[in-house]
Amino acid sequence: MKRSTGRSDEGTVGDFQGYEIIVVGTSWGGLAAVRAILSALPADFDIPIVVVQHRHRDSESNLAGFLTRNTHLRVCDVEDKMPIEPGRLYFAPPDYHTMVENGFLALSTEAPVRYSRPSIDVMLTSAADAYERRTIGVILTGANADGAQGLRRVADVGGLAIVQDPATAEVATMPEAAIAAVPQARVFPLERIAGYLATLPSIHAARGQQ
Amino acid sequence: MPGPPVGYNAELERTEVELLLEGIFRQYGFDFRSYAYASIRRRLWKRVEAEGLQNLSQLQAMVLHDADSLERLLLDLSVNVTSMFRDPLFYTTFRAQVIPLLRTYPYLRLWHAGCSTGEEVYSMAILLEEEGLYDRARIYATDINDVVLQQARRGIFPLERMQEYTENYIRAGGKRSFSEYYTAKYDGALFDGRLARNVVFAQHNLVTDRSFAEFHVIFCRNVLIYFDKDLQNRVHSLFYDSLVRLGMLCLGSKETLKFSTYEPCYERLDQNEKIYRKVR
Repeated sequence: MKRSTGRSDEGTVGDFQGYEIIVVGTSWGGLAAVRAILSALPADFDIPIVVVQHRHRDSESNLAGFLTRNTHLRVCDVEDKMPIEPGRLYFAPPDYHTMVENGFLALSTEAPVRYSRPSIDVMLTSAADAYERRTIGVILTGANADGAQGLRRVADVGGLAIVQDPATAEVATMPEAAIAAVPQARVFPLERIAGYLATLPSIHAARGQQ
Repeated sequence: MPGPPVGYNAELERTEVELLLEGIFRQYGFDFRSYAYASIRRRLWKRVEAEGLQNLSQLQAMVLHDADSLERLLLDLSVNVTSMFRDPLFYTTFRAQVIPLLRTYPYLRLWHAGCSTGEEVYSMAILLEEEGLYDRARIYATDINDVVLQQARRGIFPLERMQEYTENYIRAGGKRSFSEYYTAKYDGALFDGRLARNVVFAQHNLVTDRSFAEFHVIFCRNVLIYFDKDLQNRVHSLFYDSLVRLGMLCLGSKETLKFSTYEPCYERLDQNEKIYRKVR
């Protein structure tokens, strides 16, 4: 049977070469949490990270500059059809849904999902569908249950699910909902998340060595 | 979340999406084959669920044999919800940077490409009126979908949105009182018909139709995001051919010319808003 899409073969566990993308969802308290993780990542961390934080449509839409000084990663505000590259952090804009496709990010102005646009569920689900088990989903502090279903999808396709320990979260609602949906998720206090991410295999590093 | 069940073969899904869109094109002539994959697959699965079906192949069977179900699908695929003075910062930037340039022309032609239900058209009409440029303007508002065009012609918007639109209008630098522009009728706000006196609403398909005039300004905001990169480039070719030299192309705030081959033909007018001027 012809297989020509170039997707990595799902057949053998031994074929897994590393993670290809990290998708992060958060709302209340999220900016500080993301900054804390960023400042603790190693300088050569190369798995691209896409962050959706619930933001009011009128909020400052160019946050890249705000985060840049905390990290060696190249921080960008997402634009439609922007390629996903190693070593970058992508910040989803307000009032659009951000979706992950194979190799790039796509925006949509469809209706809010559970009152949220950007929706964390939409983003995480699209990443799980595009990158399958090469996806890492992370849920941080937040005030509602957006992201729980998306994290479940990441886990169901064989990706890695990480949740911030609700006890360390500014608002526990979002991480608690995520844990309820994905009981097997790895739960860490905020200050240990970066260290854990740094231990994970990166497909970009593996490709770089070929 | 609309979508296939976990474990559904991704290649099979893509095959089904492509066959469905090919079928619609061959049977009805509507070409969605180059639409952005992530958003169109989501919309298709939403329709699968709404029709009580199991998968995309069943949706294909339904729409190919039942034109009514196609109409329902078309509405899903081609309606983009919008609001008046969406992205107020775009309008303040337009007032500050573009209006002074437009004043130098004795007459103006503007094109809203993909105008949907017309919110942006009426917003821009109000702005041009307040800046004293409406009388010299001829405005074309086009969309692929005749149903939304009819709505746009009527100029009636939901009354419950007026508070949000008033806030947007004020932040967009509106000079009057927003309520002067409409009258409340039942659940609708009927906008002053004089705002549409220089507007032609017409059907036009960005995918298949050619250039029909040269414009001083083209608005295409948050429409191109629904197209894949190849189709976006083809549409940019159409826009390039439809702009006078030094004409302006206005995109949505998170769209960009950066990944298009036409980028070198334009200069950016503002560092935040995506307003480009054709210089080459």
